[in-house]
Amino acid sequence: MKASVGGYARATDLRHALDLLAQSDGMGRVLAGGQSLIAAMNMRLSTGDLLVDINQIAALKGVTLDGDRLRIGALTRHAEVATDPLIARHAPLLRRATDLIAHAAIRNRGTIGGAIAHADPAAEFPACALALDATIHVDGPDGPRDIPAADFFEGLFETTIQDGEILTAISLPIAEDGEWQVIHELARRSGDYALAGLCVVRRKAGHRIVCISVGSHPELVPDAMARMDAGDIDGAVVALRAAIDPPSDTQASAAYRRHLIGVLLQRAAADLNGEPQ
Amino acid sequence: MTAVFSDRIDIALRVNGEEVEARVPAGRHLVDFLRLDLGLTGAHASCEHGVCGACTVKVDGQAIRGCLMLAAQADGADVWTVEGLSDTGDLSDLQAAFVARNALQCGFCTPGMLVAAQELLAQPGIPSRHAIREHLSGNYCRCTGYEAIVDAIESTAQARADRGVA
Repeated sequence: MKASVGGYARATDLRHALDLLAQSDGMGRVLAGGQSLIAAMNMRLSTGDLLVDINQIAALKGVTLDGDRLRIGALTRHAEVATDPLIARHAPLLRRATDLIAHAAIRNRGTIGGAIAHADPAAEFPACALALDATIHVDGPDGPRDIPAADFFEGLFETTIQDGEILTAISLPIAEDGEWQVIHELARRSGDYALAGLCVVRRKAGHRIVCISVGSHPELVPDAMARMDAGDIDGAVVALRAAIDPPSDTQASAAYRRHLIGVLLQRAAADLNGEPQ
Repeated sequence: MTAVFSDRIDIALRVNGEEVEARVPAGRHLVDFLRLDLGLTGAHASCEHGVCGACTVKVDGQAIRGCLMLAAQADGADVWTVEGLSDTGDLSDLQAAFVARNALQCGFCTPGMLVAAQELLAQPGIPSRHAIREHLSGNYCRCTGYEAIVDAIESTAQARADRGVA
């Protein structure tokens, strides 16, 4: 179908974008890459939005290394994440995730900030952000806020971003020496939303596991992480399957997703042991 | 609606090498602007939620979904459709290979396939069949079963490499 849009404005800088949102009477909607938002508008899941197009805001673009943290501007597109040398070196999980995100033409437009703000439980970058212990940077009428990824995702498409705020960047600790970052998922067609997926990060402090498409929002799975820390992969699979509450839909039943997530953890564990399958 | 938001947007862009100015509804998709306002019906509007790839066009050198970008966002952009890419001859060897290999039957998906494939062929080296399939994963064809499409793209890449243009 055709999108039903209430109005459109092109923001020239971040202050302008925040002003536009403030004047939108709660109907304001930030338009970044648009690869989920415009699809939702086309399906009339969202109508009458006053779109604040942030694509021209240069300050939201680019990847920088600041000491031991990597900062990624919200408007960094998936195709740029896929080829950025700093990301490949310091956050390889994000680069690997781009192989799994949608299709080439969508990766040319979609942005990492948009994906994280949208908080689709089937999307890769929200799960990656939590697995990497990223910080989400937002700006708004009351000034900038830094939100740990663990406090950011609240529910199905719900985050702690407030009305009038814009996600400006994410930052994350660069990978330690010897750190492993692995992502696995299964989809019916390459690039489609995963039936199930997971990110596993192994640091000196221990494993971090976050699943994709098996819950309402990205969450760490402490029981399974503790079993992985203990080297008990079979135990971790049992703990992971017990911890999740996956949905049943036309793509896959809950039982099938629960089965898949264990298979994916076994594959990830094989990667961690240097035995790629 | 507040005055700062508009439901009609003035845009100036380049389409297939020609300067175009227009006033478009805020919700107008780029592909509908091209098809309905400019009469460039090569790119097709099909699923309209980014799944099928029939609306793929080139914007600022990159293949994008014409149904997931608003015309309002194309202000200042350099847009190419299959019509323009055909006129310049950029696609002629690929188009000939599609015909030679029977890589189209009804042809509905073909403009999107060509634009998507052109982006892959612009990369250095000869892509593997797996890489071709992966790159075209976002373009549905309901006729051919894809095998002939992969053949056409692979043979074009090979021929370009043989001629030293890849």
